Amino acid sequence: MNPRKTPDGSPENGALPERASGHLLDVREISKTLGGKKILDRVSLTLNAGELKTLIGPSGGGKSTLLQCAHYLIPPDSGDVFLDGKSAREMSHKNICAFRQEIGMIFQDFNLFDHLTAKDNVAIALRKVKGWKKNLAHARAMEELNRVGLAGKENLYPAELSGGQKQRVSIARALAMDPKVMLLDEPTSALDPELIGEVLNVIKQLSRAGMTMLMVTHQLGFASRLTTELLFMENGRITERGAPDELLKDTSNSRTREFYLKLNELAGH
Amino acid sequence: MDFVDLKEFAVTAFYIFKGTGITAALVVGALSLGFSVGLPLACLEVYGPKWLSRLLGVYVWFFRGVPILVLLFLVYFGVWSLVENFFLERFSIRLTLSPFSAALVALGLASGAYQSQIFRGSIKSLHPGQFKAAQALGFGSPSAVLNVIVPQALRVSIPAWSNEYSIILKDSAIAYVIGTAEIMARTKFMAAFTYKHMTFYVAAGVLFYGLTWLGVKSLKLLERKTAIPGLGHGF
Repeated sequence: MNPRKTPDGSPENGALPERASGHLLDVREISKTLGGKKILDRVSLTLNAGELKTLIGPSGGGKSTLLQCAHYLIPPDSGDVFLDGKSAREMSHKNICAFRQEIGMIFQDFNLFDHLTAKDNVAIALRKVKGWKKNLAHARAMEELNRVGLAGKENLYPAELSGGQKQRVSIARALAMDPKVMLLDEPTSALDPELIGEVLNVIKQLSRAGMTMLMVTHQLGFASRLTTELLFMENGRITERGAPDELLKDTSNSRTREFYLKLNELAGH
Repeated sequence: MDFVDLKEFAVTAFYIFKGTGITAALVVGALSLGFSVGLPLACLEVYGPKWLSRLLGVYVWFFRGVPILVLLFLVYFGVWSLVENFFLERFSIRLTLSPFSAALVALGLASGAYQSQIFRGSIKSLHPGQFKAAQALGFGSPSAVLNVIVPQALRVSIPAWSNEYSIILKDSAIAYVIGTAEIMARTKFMAAFTYKHMTFYVAAGVLFYGLTWLGVKSLKLLERKTAIPGLGHGF
C-alpha cells in the first residue's frame, strides 16, 4: 500500500488512518439498467488508500454510469458500494448524503454553480451541508483555491473563468469537503488542448499527495504514468485490468493497447 | 380655474388616488400570494414525484382555463358561502370576506398557476448538472433546490415575471365587479356621477399605464442589479 499523506494545506495535518485490511472503496457486483438497456453488468472494482486507478474504454461503455453509481448519485439496481467498510445500500437517505460528502466528484462539464463566485462555489457546501460559519468556510475555500493555483481569482464568476480554471475550481470545491476518494469523470475532455495541462497538473499533485482517485479519461499517456491499474470497460463490463506497463507494452495484444493506439492515431502521434 | 373647481379637482384626485393605493395593494398582494404558491409548485413539479406533478397540473390547468371574472364570482359568492355554511357557522365564528380579500385570493391563485409555469420554465433552462453537482457534495434535494437552483431560476424569471406583473395589474381592474374600491371602481363612479366619461376613463388609463411603467422599469432595474457577471442579461 502506498504511503498516505494528507494533501498539502488541509487543516487536518497528519496522516489519515492506515487501514490494515479492506479497501477504501469497494464497488461490488453492481448492475444498472437504464431505459431498458443494461448499462452496467455486475461490475466490481476496489480502490486502496492512495491509489489512482484509471477507467478507459469507448463511449457508451458505462464508465460515467459506473462513477455515478459508485457515488450513489444513481443508485445501482443490484450490488453494493462500500466506503471504508460501510455499505451504501443499507444507508438511509440522510446517511447517503453523508456518504456522498466523503466522495468527491469531478464532472466533465464542471457543473459549477453559475450564480456564485469561485470562492462561494467552494464554500457553499461547507456552509450549507457541513454548517460551517461563513468566515471559516471562506478561509478554507481560499486555501483550496490556492492549492489549485487560483489565488486571485476567487471573486470571479464561472462565466468569467476559462475552462481549465473552471475545472480547477470544481476540484477545489470537491477537496474542501475532505473527501476520502475522488471520482473524476473525463476531467479534461471538455477543455481546449492548451488548458488540459493545468488540470492534469493539479491531478498529478493530488495523486502524489496520496489522494485516492478513480479517473475516467482519454489522456492515457498521462494516466499511465500515475495510475496503479488500468481498467478497460466495454459494454457495461470491465473486460481487462492490469498495470499500465503490462497492458500497453509493445508485445501485448490487449484490447486496451488497441484502443490506446487508436487514440494516438487520432492525436496524430 | 376658479376656487370651487380647484377644490373639486383636489377632492376627486384624492378619491381616485386612494383607489390607486388599493389597486397597488391588490396587485402586490396577489403577486406575493402567486409567488408563494407558484415557486414551490414549480420546484415540486420538476423535482417531486410524478403523481404529485400530475396533481399540480390539475391546479394549473384549472386556473389557466377559467376566466378571472368567473374566479372572482366563484371565490366571493360561491366558495365563501360554502365556507360560511359548513365551517364558520358550526363553530359560530363571525367572519366576513371583504371584496378586496376575495379579489386578492382569486387573482393570487390564478397568478400562482401562471407563475408556477414561469418558474418551471426557468428551472428547466438551467443546466441539470448543477443539481447533480450539489447532490454530489452532500446536499439533500430540498437544500440543493433552495441554495443552487432557486437563486438562479429567480434571476432567469424576472423578464417573464415582469410580464405577469403587467397582466395582473390590468386584470385587477375587473375586481370592481365585486365591489373592490380600486381605480376602476372609483373612476366608474365618478364618471357616472359627473357625466365626464372621457376625462375619467382617460385618467384611469393613464394611472394604469403609469403603474405598469413603474413596475416594469423597477423589475428591469432588478434584473440588471442581479445579473450574474459574465453571463450577460436578457434573453
